[in-house]
Amino acid sequence: MSQVRVLVGTRKGAFILTSDGKRQNWDVSGPHFAGWEMYHLKGSPANPNRIFASQCSGWFGQIVQRSDDGGKTWTQPGTPPGEQTAPGGAPKGESNKFVYDTSAETGKPLTTHMWYDGTQHPWEFKRVWHLEPSPTDQDTVYAGVEDAGLFRSNDGGKNWKELSGLRGHGTGPRWQPGAGGMCLHTIILDPKDPGRIYIAISAAGAFRTDDAGKTWRPINKGLHSQYIPDPNAEVGHCVHHVAMHRSRPSVLFMQKHWDVMRSDNAGDSWKEVSGNLPTDFGFVIDVHAHEPETIYVVPIKSDGEHFPPDGKLRVYRSKTGGNEWEALTKGLPQKDCYLNVLRDAMCVDSLDKCGVYFGTTGGQVYASADAGDNWTPIVQHLPAVLSVEVQTLA
Amino acid sequence: MIRVVLPGHLRTLARVSAEVQLDIKGPVTQRSVLDALEAQYPMLRGTIRDHVTQERRPFLRFFACEEDYSLEPPDTPLPDAIASGKEPLLIIGAIAGG
Repeated sequence: MSQVRVLVGTRKGAFILTSDGKRQNWDVSGPHFAGWEMYHLKGSPANPNRIFASQCSGWFGQIVQRSDDGGKTWTQPGTPPGEQTAPGGAPKGESNKFVYDTSAETGKPLTTHMWYDGTQHPWEFKRVWHLEPSPTDQDTVYAGVEDAGLFRSNDGGKNWKELSGLRGHGTGPRWQPGAGGMCLHTIILDPKDPGRIYIAISAAGAFRTDDAGKTWRPINKGLHSQYIPDPNAEVGHCVHHVAMHRSRPSVLFMQKHWDVMRSDNAGDSWKEVSGNLPTDFGFVIDVHAHEPETIYVVPIKSDGEHFPPDGKLRVYRSKTGGNEWEALTKGLPQKDCYLNVLRDAMCVDSLDKCGVYFGTTGGQVYASADAGDNWTPIVQHLPAVLSVEVQTLA
Repeated sequence: MIRVVLPGHLRTLARVSAEVQLDIKGPVTQRSVLDALEAQYPMLRGTIRDHVTQERRPFLRFFACEEDYSLEPPDTPLPDAIASGKEPLLIIGAIAGG
């Protein structure tokens, strides 16, 4: 029978929730890395028992952890616990070393971006927001970091090298942090074209490479952001999240700071599909596993409040690829609910019916085993949830 | 034998339960202690001082014999009581945050 494994990153540790294909009864393990901020955990499609995790702290910086047994045990890649020597010599402990590339060969002397006050500010590594394992190679994984940059490891997370063409393509000095920092939070690997990668940065916008990361270009045409000096600028848009259905990698859906957007040409242009949403602000967006035109968002009231309108937690579903939205409320609190759902905290499994999951800053993880029609909390009292990913296991 | 007391989270990361002990040849300084610590526990690299700049992380401080040595140059000799192992070097995390 199928199983699902939900990987939850929170402000104070990671939790792993498992169930069979019915998705009614759940086992909860954790906290893993208790007390640490767990920005993101994600399993390798090539080896589902391999899970990468971003562990960080304002005191001790960034740690990358890896499990090769489905989350039962963890090590820092390349640094087995208790081993002071290894076949290749002493472990170098470099799995948490993220250094921006300024080499003459591949890096460009790009050392500043725009600060909140419009002045230039040095690029400073702070943390890993998102880990995206390769769909085909268990040792290849990408990391989206703050200050915004994209790194890749080809050795299972032991060493990281920046894909510096992104920061260096020309618009970097015009990128500016959002309130949450200047983070590269979305990485989408095109399942049909290994050379194509989409990424998104808050607050710079969306970008695409067609040559596996060597060269990049902004893909923000059609985005309109009234809060920046030029609302239609090439870069500077606060993109919150982007989602794609693997059967149609040129169709993208975006939740922007305000506006839900859609592109049918790999990001070359975008059109708004906010339609009848009660507010088009939000953070998460995702696509049904089997219906490429069915998408989900969680509208959030903003700009200064960041909680659901009217105290009602509602997932909105469009079965028409946007514009026409229906509220999904069964099982969700419909009064006195003032939490948030952060950008990496929604995901879908690939069972039939499609399971949908999201986590809240109030510590709940909600699951729907019927594509959103009905919701049940798996857990209700975790620390604030930063990210939710699900693995569908045979 | 040099004794070092780590913050709780770093003890968990290094999988040690109490203070750690280090052998150091030559002068006992912040730098030589941290070099030995990271050699013995490579999973701690980057957590106490930056990988590249080797600067102390801002929310950590170094105490020896009830004195704060955090702002001393890294090659300043630590007190004899640290070098002899009579007293431990304390690596302290700031009491801050939620």
